[in-house]
Amino acid sequence: MIRVTDLNIEFFDHERPETVVYDFDLTLHEGEIVGLVGESGSGKSMSALAIAGLLSRKDMKKRGEILFEGVNLLDCDRKTLRKFQGNEIGMIFQEPMTSLNPVKKIGWQVEEALRLHTDLSKEERKKRAIEMLQKVELHEPERVYEQYPHELSGGMRQRVMIAAAMICDPKILIADEPTTALDVTIQEQIVALLKRINQEKKTAILFISHDLSLVHQLCERVLVMKGGYVVENGSADEIFYHPKEEYTKKLIAAIPKVVRKTEKDS
Amino acid sequence: MNWKKIRKNKNFIAGSILTGIMLLLILAGCFYTPYNPNTMDPSAKFAGVSLKHLMGCDNFGRDIFSRVLSGSRTTLIVAAGTVLIGVVFGILIGALTGYYGGVLDEVLMRINDAVFAFPSILLALLFISLLGSGKYHVIIALGIAFVPSFARIVRSEFIRNKNMDYVKSAKLQGAGDFRIMFVHILPNTMTVLLSAIMIGFNNAVLAEAGMSFLGIGVQPPDASLGRMLSEAQSFLFSAPMYALFPGLTIILLVLGFGLLSDGLKNE
Repeated sequence: MIRVTDLNIEFFDHERPETVVYDFDLTLHEGEIVGLVGESGSGKSMSALAIAGLLSRKDMKKRGEILFEGVNLLDCDRKTLRKFQGNEIGMIFQEPMTSLNPVKKIGWQVEEALRLHTDLSKEERKKRAIEMLQKVELHEPERVYEQYPHELSGGMRQRVMIAAAMICDPKILIADEPTTALDVTIQEQIVALLKRINQEKKTAILFISHDLSLVHQLCERVLVMKGGYVVENGSADEIFYHPKEEYTKKLIAAIPKVVRKTEKDS
Repeated sequence: MNWKKIRKNKNFIAGSILTGIMLLLILAGCFYTPYNPNTMDPSAKFAGVSLKHLMGCDNFGRDIFSRVLSGSRTTLIVAAGTVLIGVVFGILIGALTGYYGGVLDEVLMRINDAVFAFPSILLALLFISLLGSGKYHVIIALGIAFVPSFARIVRSEFIRNKNMDYVKSAKLQGAGDFRIMFVHILPNTMTVLLSAIMIGFNNAVLAEAGMSFLGIGVQPPDASLGRMLSEAQSFLFSAPMYALFPGLTIILLVLGFGLLSDGLKNE
């Protein structure tokens, strides 16, 4: 459905040009969840932003191709790009505290994509928004609809973000470390929610994380990135149990394991 | 904003009460003044403070209270017009330069700096000498002189906001540049902007009074606080009340808006 070939991203805003992503390849099929793992600065967020069409057109050079429904997102005009954004491609960010507009009501923000891409009436929009808030398992959706972001907890905000990203039923959802800023129990719930959305709507999800155990739970396929290169690419089980690269082994070894005291003693 | 916080905000409360009273008086003055502010009554020349003339009378026997009411109205209209022009163009320039940056930013902000380099009164004097005096010309002249300060404030707020995640999500929902600027980012600049508007209002009241005092602002027979002050100058010793009341009104107006601005800043 979306195919990225030979994506290179090069920055020009410093004294010498700096390439942050080399020859990135990715194919995402309908209903598939692909994980993208790597340490900070490995280029995973940059690749995601490029796919979402969010990289600025100044100060950087992008080579390669991002084909979505026959259109190359890298060199199409802004109007075409905007038609895809929100409608076909949704994205959620790492920091739920800052990704919502602090002075607008939740309902208004969830409806924004509907306002831009459909001509539903005000009442229909509200109905859809409340349905969506319910689908992301927020209690009392009518109340949340009228609230402001500062009245919600981090986990609730991330749910609101998912609702806002999913309201137009996009074909692709890019989740850029959606659980990093949340505590462990909320992480589980968000991951379960993403999985449910994927199964119900057949939304393809690109799940970016540095937490390999989460990725293993959620994804069928995994790409491992380091220093701008994709170093390993394969099924989740393959990478998790039989990693080939030294770097992947290190990543897996870095997963904290809970060992019961009694077992350790015996 | 909640009521508990507002109740604790003494500046805000004092400012709103003071400004409220002044605005009410001025509003009442639009419909009713004890005397026609421009009717001269030779028999009441320099009449003292009495129940008949709350603030006494001036050298032509005009009721000072009525003149203060209508003068404050003129001053307020000029100040409001000035701030309106300043804010509208300030927001436009600030939003464009702050959001887009680059060459546009450089060009517009350098022009801005050039305008900003002159004291606003001096600049207004220049425009007045080009346009001629009169209420509306004063508004335009002061308005242009006020644009740069608003543009700077809005620009810095836009620069602070444009890289935030909520702007990214708005882009990703498919919002265009103008929608992002004026629907998504602008409401976030309101606290800072409101406080700046109040200060701007103050400066405009003072600038109008200053210009009318110099005789290049509002023209007679329109009453204006600055104009009354300048007329009262020659009678400072024989009729001190004439200068006192318009002066006091200016102080109260400026104080009220100043307190409001301070209160808003602390919110």
